[in-house]
Amino acid sequence: MSTQSPNSFKMGPDSEGQFGIFGGRFVAETLMPNILELDEAYKTAKKDPEFLSELEYLNKHYTGRPSPLYFAERLSAHLSGAKIYFKRDELNHTGSHKINNCLGQILLAKRMGKTRLIAETGAGQHGVAAATVAARFGYPCLVYMGSKDVVRQSPNVFRMKLLGAEIESVTAGAGTLKDAMNEALRDWVTNVEDTYYLIGTAAGPHPYPELVRDFQSVIGKEAREQIQEMEGRLPDMIIASVGGGSNAIGLFHPFLDDDGVQIVGVEAGGKGLDGEEHCASLTAGRPGVLHGNRTYLLQDPEGQINEGASISAGLDYPGIGPEHSWLKDTGRCEYVPIMDDEALEAFQLLCRLEGIIPALEPSHALAEVIKRAPQMDKDQIIIMNLCGRGDKDVHTVGEALGVEL
Amino acid sequence: MTQRMTDCFAKLAQENRPAFVTYFMGGDPDFDTSVEIMKGLPAAGADVIELGMPFSDPMADGPSIQAAGLRALKGGHNLTKCFQMVRTFRETDNETPIVVMGYYNPIYQYGPEKFLSEAREAGIDGMIVVDLPPEMDEELCIPALKHDLNFIRLATPTTDEKRLPKVLSNTSGFVYYVSINGITGAAAPEPDEVAASVAHIKARTDLPICVGFGVRTAEQAASIGRAADGVVVGTAIVSTIADSLNDGAASDQTVDQALIIVSSIAEGVRSARR
Repeated sequence: MSTQSPNSFKMGPDSEGQFGIFGGRFVAETLMPNILELDEAYKTAKKDPEFLSELEYLNKHYTGRPSPLYFAERLSAHLSGAKIYFKRDELNHTGSHKINNCLGQILLAKRMGKTRLIAETGAGQHGVAAATVAARFGYPCLVYMGSKDVVRQSPNVFRMKLLGAEIESVTAGAGTLKDAMNEALRDWVTNVEDTYYLIGTAAGPHPYPELVRDFQSVIGKEAREQIQEMEGRLPDMIIASVGGGSNAIGLFHPFLDDDGVQIVGVEAGGKGLDGEEHCASLTAGRPGVLHGNRTYLLQDPEGQINEGASISAGLDYPGIGPEHSWLKDTGRCEYVPIMDDEALEAFQLLCRLEGIIPALEPSHALAEVIKRAPQMDKDQIIIMNLCGRGDKDVHTVGEALGVEL
Repeated sequence: MTQRMTDCFAKLAQENRPAFVTYFMGGDPDFDTSVEIMKGLPAAGADVIELGMPFSDPMADGPSIQAAGLRALKGGHNLTKCFQMVRTFRETDNETPIVVMGYYNPIYQYGPEKFLSEAREAGIDGMIVVDLPPEMDEELCIPALKHDLNFIRLATPTTDEKRLPKVLSNTSGFVYYVSINGITGAAAPEPDEVAASVAHIKARTDLPICVGFGVRTAEQAASIGRAADGVVVGTAIVSTIADSLNDGAASDQTVDQALIIVSSIAEGVRSARR
């Protein structure tokens, strides 16, 4: 088992890259030297003041950090319960939290002397962020995207092309994020010498879950300071949506040892957990091994991986970052599903009440806020990670509402 | 090493020829056809049989083997049927070593201990589990050795001097040298480079070295077989099976075609040191 201190939830992963039984390095031998090289490079980088200050500079001047912590006054009044704050990561350059991770990883790629970037993407938000940093640092970039996602996220496909990236449409499997990740891993095995694989979520073989979490933790660190400045205390609850789980772990991690803060992750319940059309790996899956790590997975009784399904392409993944699996099993965090139609309702409510068009991914978190806030006292505080803006989703929402655009 | 594996490589050394290791996907396109193919392999020239276990997300495989795995899964193949195949094969052949090859999750769900004891009982000699590097030895490798099953490890062009001892430790049966950086069925390896790599690994282990990934023709097999103790061919066989199918189902040509390609490549392997 792990070397976790029982007094802290922030010590993981252990030296084997595991959070309890979760995580690890389940990859083909061809990739092992690369994974170990990345681990070494990251260990040195995170202690190097020059690396950290370059990242901080880019976060501030390129991305626009810190992102605001915004008191959603009208939504709070409407729900007539807890005070609701949004961490506005949708205001970042490129429109989501994904840029936080991409800037950190491109600086690592540069340090390691890699000359080519590959990435996988579902909704296209990570693909856009990867293409953005590739352009900014002069790297060629190939983005693997499931063929189904290429169709339903076409504006992001064009954005990536404008940024100079190449898109490889993946037809294997169901043509979604899991298949894109398989294909990116195949590329990496083939071009292991010169290529840096820029994984978009806090999953995959160690050290990815750790380093993606660290780069995303800027969200929680800022939110923790901001709420103390604005309210003079910590929140009662923090909520974020989880697909692979990078925005959620980014918000959660700095709060893990704050006992009074309840932590809720929201999975995509799709059309309901009874059938197979959902992506609720933590609620309805069980531990297994895929894409380099042990974690909760949607799978059949024989260990074959099921396809996820969600109205939100960004949550459409049958796995979950391994640290979330551990946080679930330890009971520190709670994970709940939200259905497609609930997310759609929440999406529309936020547009009308706050003048913010959210992405469908955080609309899932918002739907959970809408359920919980009315049950709480008026002096209680919720922070929700508003991790992406919804411009990319207007076509999907239009279609779901029967509106022709 | 299991007795079958030891005997096999001892006999080959005596005859001064490399082993021909044939990979095909169990259950592709259906159980009965793949049992027929398996039964025909030794007579067609296979010295060691690598039996593929299908997985929905085979990260290290090219399109041919991915497709074969999906066909097998669609036909209802699973680990129980994989063991059934081996038991049926062993009714008439108790000499040819059988190595199962696949990915960890189906084994993890089946239960590693249950998998190992049933594998041993069915007559399997070893396993190659692509996504279990030495760092993960506690999962299956160490338990496999306790069951007297070979855990065959992949060494690759990226396995450097520092890493090689780690890869060789706990490896048994043979070492599978992956001749290229890439997925199965990709570009052909350069025979001279392969020979140098094989010599390099041989200096550090007494185990036989078999070479695979990208070997498709009798000529390639012959040139690789000059330096290696064995040549692994997979995609060429799997593609031949795919080409023989009618709408994804076996035709009356499927078994014959599979065994014809095996025979022709076997000729190449056997001519390697003549």
